[in-house]
Amino acid sequence: MTSMPKPFIDKHLPKNELGLTVRNYEGSMSTLCAGCGHDSVTAALVQAFWELNLAPESAAKVSGIGCSSKTTAYFMGQSHGINCVHGRMPSVATGANAVNGDLHYIGISGDGDSLSIGFGQFAHAIRRNLNMLYIIENNGVYGLTKGQFSASADIGSKSKKGVANEQTPIDPCVQALTLGAGFVARAFSGDKSQLVPLVKAALMHKGFAMIDVISPCVTFNDHAGSTKSYAHTYKYYHPLVHTDFVAHAEEITGEYAEDGAMRVTLHDGGELRLRKTDSDYDPRDKAQAIETLMMNDGGGEIRTGLLYLNEDMPDMHAANHLPKTPLNQLPYEALNPGKAALASLQKRYR
Amino acid sequence: MKPTDTRDPDYYHKVVDCQWACPAHTPVPEYIRLIAQGKFTEAYLVNRRSNVFPGILGRVCDRPCEPACRRGRVEEEPVAICRLKRVAADHRDEVEHLVPQKPAQTNGKKIALIGAGPASLTVANDLAPLGYECTVFEAHHRPGGLMISNIPSFRLPEEVLDTEIGYIEKMGVEIKLNSRIESLKGLMGEGYDAVFIGSGAPKGKDLKIEGRDEAAANIHIGIDWLESVAFEHTKSIGKRVLIIGVGNTAMDCCRTSLRLGADDVKVMARKPRQFFKASPWELEDAEDENVEIIVNHSPKRFVVENGKLTGMEFELMEYELDEDGEITETRKAGTKIIPCDDVILAIGQENAFPWIERDLGIEFDKWGVPVVDETTHASTLPGVFFGGDSAFGPKNIIWAVEHGHQAAISIHKHCEGEALDERLPRGVNLASAKMGVNEWMYSNTYDGAHRRDMPLVDLKARLSNRKMEVELGFDAERIATEVQRCLNCDVQTVFEAPLCKECDACLDICPVDCLAIVPDGEEAALRASLKVPAANKDQALYVSEPLKDTGRVMIKDENLCLHCGLCAERCPTAAWDMQDADIFIPHVDNEAGKVAAE
Repeated sequence: MTSMPKPFIDKHLPKNELGLTVRNYEGSMSTLCAGCGHDSVTAALVQAFWELNLAPESAAKVSGIGCSSKTTAYFMGQSHGINCVHGRMPSVATGANAVNGDLHYIGISGDGDSLSIGFGQFAHAIRRNLNMLYIIENNGVYGLTKGQFSASADIGSKSKKGVANEQTPIDPCVQALTLGAGFVARAFSGDKSQLVPLVKAALMHKGFAMIDVISPCVTFNDHAGSTKSYAHTYKYYHPLVHTDFVAHAEEITGEYAEDGAMRVTLHDGGELRLRKTDSDYDPRDKAQAIETLMMNDGGGEIRTGLLYLNEDMPDMHAANHLPKTPLNQLPYEALNPGKAALASLQKRYR
Repeated sequence: MKPTDTRDPDYYHKVVDCQWACPAHTPVPEYIRLIAQGKFTEAYLVNRRSNVFPGILGRVCDRPCEPACRRGRVEEEPVAICRLKRVAADHRDEVEHLVPQKPAQTNGKKIALIGAGPASLTVANDLAPLGYECTVFEAHHRPGGLMISNIPSFRLPEEVLDTEIGYIEKMGVEIKLNSRIESLKGLMGEGYDAVFIGSGAPKGKDLKIEGRDEAAANIHIGIDWLESVAFEHTKSIGKRVLIIGVGNTAMDCCRTSLRLGADDVKVMARKPRQFFKASPWELEDAEDENVEIIVNHSPKRFVVENGKLTGMEFELMEYELDEDGEITETRKAGTKIIPCDDVILAIGQENAFPWIERDLGIEFDKWGVPVVDETTHASTLPGVFFGGDSAFGPKNIIWAVEHGHQAAISIHKHCEGEALDERLPRGVNLASAKMGVNEWMYSNTYDGAHRRDMPLVDLKARLSNRKMEVELGFDAERIATEVQRCLNCDVQTVFEAPLCKECDACLDICPVDCLAIVPDGEEAALRASLKVPAANKDQALYVSEPLKDTGRVMIKDENLCLHCGLCAERCPTAAWDMQDADIFIPHVDNEAGKVAAE
């Protein structure tokens, strides 16, 4: 961490459609270790939300426990938010989403919070297709308790003391795919050119959008032998798909633009342009996505980008026929229809 | 792009915009930090080594440092550097025993210096402590040159001048007053080892238009008139005064007129305000005293009735400007007579050398200006050197001081029989400013406070006394606030490429987005690749060696860097460090080996 907050100077910066500079999207001073990948994720979120012209008051930030979960304090200081019990963020997000579907839900979690203590919660949030952006800041290690292997540590990856992990890792992207998520991506904190458009696309996706961000722990997992270090990630980093997010889509004449990019319109606005980098990867083919991740014999390459996208799944609100109007905007009469209505309801269960 | 060579002493020097812009390269941030610590004496001495006259310059310097100050780009206004210099002078303890002293014995070399202005005095200041026998010849009865004759006492009190000239006299320098040199040939026959000419640009320009001769009694040449006031030969002026010209001399003339009895003073300018030569603060000070500045009036003739000046006729000018603000067309749209009792001409000055025999071997160009080497200040006659306004025409005190420093080096080399152009190079000495985890030997917090204004004496009181200093100096609150506005640009961001692990931490924390890690390319492409493109080409772009993991380069736009050190605080490997850059500016004592080069 630094000794002081970042000085606020923004006269040199451009303003977005809301008249805000990117600095207006920052939060309080980070207390994470100097060089933590999570701070870079924060910077990518700040940039993405500024570019999206997102009104800070239209967003709700939710998180659990862990270094990662502190992130919500470091961006959009003027948004709604709650820091929950360890691993229970998905439940709180589900409740909040049920009563107010108008807000943009931004969940920040870690490999411990989502893949260990909160694994069940994580699974059910996906199953319900909660309309939210769900970021896992994945560093393969429990940084807050001084560096034990987490559930995402790779076999053979070495701890700071030199001991190799022997347990099978949980891959959050494979899990999300098999549980039915409609937006699954993997990114790296060191590459904002990929992460920023993915964050924008994920927020505009109607339904559960997960980005697993490899975000190195600079203190406990950034040494030689670690498979989640900066050096290792840079060495094996391999984007499968290049994603551009275009806020105001022009008229679409064909599915493929002249540059060979695949175009996908998002339900909540904007358009994605996906360009394959060097393979025949199709992010709409779930089987291929799973195969690409599980049968990774490409010399340990870290395959990143938008791995899977399905825009045609009903989210929790649609599937459960929940009221479109947030409960805090419904008239009292609608929220509390009175004794007669209660009696009529109870009669159905007699 | 080629990686930046930060061993080039000029690279980090340029980052310290104020020091780079100062002709004498005063280490401004260093003395501001000393003031912040209450070390006024030390701050004064740091100043004195570079600019010799901190008390004088703290009042009347032309301040090239301030328009250069980075603070002016980061927010609205630069640090009040000049005001802080005066703070160091105002609050210093006795320094007489701390400035260079008279040596126990001289080296037998005799140097003649002509004109006791800032250039000659600086040469003497540098050479006398080394043993040189310096004799200054001054035409007037007081030393100081234009500092005493042209700068009014209400801006520069005589005591301040006397004290700072006194330090130099006490080094064993002899100042011969009332000793105008009428013949250089004669002087050179007296056995001097070298002669320095710092006689200034004493000839004010005249305006030979209709009526000039008839009304001569009420038409004054600005610098002569100021001198006459300073030496108390002139004690009054008419009620209505017109000043022709709008440079700093004009500002001194109009404000002096108000103190000698004028109550309607107009400064007449030929062109619009953006073309004025006067410093903005001098214009402000004059307007604050209700001087009217009238633009677009070009002098046509002096109006004389019954042999007496009654007014002046002007052509009314109209200008067409292009996009760059340059005048493309000039039109005359009639004339106008403005009544007045006196006119003061402040339209420039030039150097004049009627006392230098043209057969001595000193070459002059077709305008009568001596041919002088810009680095060594040598004339075409070995052993004769020029400095100050007499060398390259009218500049200002701080330039004269720098000329003096350089001429002193040349004079020493001339006397030692060394080549004049083999001079010590500048240097830079870097030392980490790190004291502990996130602790630095300077205050790295950014203070958003705005520039403090100078408190002034009440208008009525100041006009009643020509010698009353108008500016009161900074009080404790102003000092405390203003010192924190300095960004400490001399504490440099130093990058060690092999240590970088490309975590982006520095990029994310930088409050002015001046850093990026990008694929290498041409300068234009690199400048455009920053989040906020580096558009100010006057400011350097730092480019690192390729980074080990990706081969990309770290770039830094020096333009808006706050030197807050957050990049270094956020860096997990100390690839970024904050290092105090001590810029070594050689003086003659370094050349003479009396002070070790750092």
